[in-house]
Amino acid sequence: MAKMNLLQAINSALITAMTDDERVMVFGEDVGHFGGVFRATSHLQEKFGRARCFNTPLTEQGIIGFANGLASQGSVPVAEIQFGDYIFPAFDQIVNETAKWRYRSGGQFSCGTLTIRTPYGGGIAGGHYHSQSPEAYFAHTPGLKIVVPRNPYQAKGLLLSSIRDDNPVLFLEPKRIYRASVGEVPEEDYELPLGKADVVKEGSDITLLAWGQQMDYMEKAAEMAEKDGISCEIIDLRSILPWDVEAVCESVAKTGRLLIAQEAPLTSGFASEIAATVQKRCFLNLESPIERVCGLDTPFPLAHEKEYLPDHLKVFEGIKRTVQF
Amino acid sequence: MKDRNHLADIKSSHKVSIIEKGTVDIPMLQLLNADGTLVKGAKKPDVDDDTLVKIYKTMRYIRILDERMIAAQRQGRISFYLASTGEEAASVASAAALDNKDMIFSQYREQGALAYRGYTTEAFMNQMFSNEKDPNKGRQMPIHYGSKEHAFMTISSPLGTQIPQAAGYAYGQKMQKEGKITICYFGEGAASEGDFHAGLNMAAVLNCPCIFFCRNNGYAISTPADEQFAGDGIASRGLGYGVKTIRVDGNDAFAVYAATKKAREIALEENAPVLIEAMSYRLAAHSTSDDPTGYRSKDEEERWRQKDPIQRLGKYLSAKKLLDEEQDEKDAEQMRQTVLAELKKVEKTDVCHIDELITDVYDKAPWHLQEQLDELKAHMKKYPDAYPNTSGRL
Repeated sequence: MAKMNLLQAINSALITAMTDDERVMVFGEDVGHFGGVFRATSHLQEKFGRARCFNTPLTEQGIIGFANGLASQGSVPVAEIQFGDYIFPAFDQIVNETAKWRYRSGGQFSCGTLTIRTPYGGGIAGGHYHSQSPEAYFAHTPGLKIVVPRNPYQAKGLLLSSIRDDNPVLFLEPKRIYRASVGEVPEEDYELPLGKADVVKEGSDITLLAWGQQMDYMEKAAEMAEKDGISCEIIDLRSILPWDVEAVCESVAKTGRLLIAQEAPLTSGFASEIAATVQKRCFLNLESPIERVCGLDTPFPLAHEKEYLPDHLKVFEGIKRTVQF
Repeated sequence: MKDRNHLADIKSSHKVSIIEKGTVDIPMLQLLNADGTLVKGAKKPDVDDDTLVKIYKTMRYIRILDERMIAAQRQGRISFYLASTGEEAASVASAAALDNKDMIFSQYREQGALAYRGYTTEAFMNQMFSNEKDPNKGRQMPIHYGSKEHAFMTISSPLGTQIPQAAGYAYGQKMQKEGKITICYFGEGAASEGDFHAGLNMAAVLNCPCIFFCRNNGYAISTPADEQFAGDGIASRGLGYGVKTIRVDGNDAFAVYAATKKAREIALEENAPVLIEAMSYRLAAHSTSDDPTGYRSKDEEERWRQKDPIQRLGKYLSAKKLLDEEQDEKDAEQMRQTVLAELKKVEKTDVCHIDELITDVYDKAPWHLQEQLDELKAHMKKYPDAYPNTSGRL
């Protein structure tokens, strides 16, 4: 196995997918010769040619519209939106087109081969438009899958599964840890299942649930809580849509408590959906109200980024509130 | 790295040069006069007589289908309809100039293209009545046809979204060496959407073998073309994107055929997009929810009736003895009978089984959809009378 950071793991996944299947094409703003602003697509154009890895004009609705058509033709597009914040010009194409293509045609046509990659989240001093976590907007749209890796190993395995899955996948990459997260990644081909959560650590007093770049904070907060004698079970959701209700409810049935952390604002975030479902399924198992530790309901700030974001301390306090309820 | 400075070819000038509407002359291709004679100096396009007769009959059929379905909507038998009256040549003659396997991305007024490829009356009806034989499984409003067999991408309601999609589809055709192209239809109103800009720009830059076919029919619902754009129609935009462009008389089946044939050649041989602007007029209402008497005059409509595409080609064919007028009337009556008979037959067909509510959202229904369907069916069993279309087959 090789040591890779998260970007290198994504690059490795793209090379694997493009080598394996010549229908795979990678495109977006600056992804060609330059390799993308974060260099996730480095050297792909050299290896696979300009026809399979190319720059597009600066048009998010165009990129996704084009990708939809390409996917419906039978090619395998991996489209990059440079920042999750800039996905909204493509919102109509994703929500009204990508997601409904198979359904509206009765299964005659589909854009199932499409994967949309985009960096998301804060922590890089990016301000309003380089920091948002847009997963909940898309989780309200039947027909999409939404996947968020937390480390290089997951990034490669989940991205390969996403590219090969017969449904359109929105693949959100935690950009704060693009280079910070380094780990062992197999150089060969492997896949991780979509829709399955990962129980990172077992515990008995409370279930901590998050995804992507929040996971590091969960582990840190759990360490703090353990010192206070609180045993935490940590679950990485990995897939937002569909999500692994069984793993989560099984854990909550055991611990009796649930804390969900997300970077996105509190109101109508995906944590709300999880809370409602767990409340219905595990009502009699719950020892305390389900806790949500989230971003504030403000636009993402610049100077107050650290204060705004959920972190290990906020999660730690949330754990104590829940356990002491 | 090579120098890719786009300023290299620009000529400089010491005068302020104003380039404005009308400075660039974009002529309109016309081959047939309104009386069915060839324009002076024009030649008939390279097309055999059988094809010409098929174009004519398809146009005739579509007008009859449109008339009957508008009536059916007025009788409350279907919820909605969109007619293509006055614009039949745009969709039918362009489809005739294509290979039947070329992909069509339609807007919603191209039933003529579908009929030309052999889509049957029954198939039209199945979709409009949203029944269990509708290949779209009753999931969209009437006229949102889609047929894999006829290389006709299922129509989407949001305006203009098909334009960048067609570019992407065409790119895939090029990459997989299908030897086929994509045609994308839209109206001049849809050309105001951002997707139009995105699609043409991407197709031009990425060398996509795609024909963008604009039916400039004068109105987008009630908004006339002069409130839709201030420039020289849609054709002038093609030049701005570096897209080869043809403007054509959209009511002239010969001109539409010739332009589309040429555009297909360019698309396929040069891997380049072509924009066609077909100048026409929507004699029909926008849809059955629209009433054009509220925003335009009868005189205006009458002037365009004089340019009717069906009569124009019909006159040519009669003069060439390719059409017998008496037989033509009998054929038209037969078409009316067929449409009515199919309508009566199809409207009795059941809607899809309730299980189809959750199929095709994903490749396989995930847990939450299955759970929701199970709950719904249990509820329906309790109150079957409230859900009469489906509860009998739970």
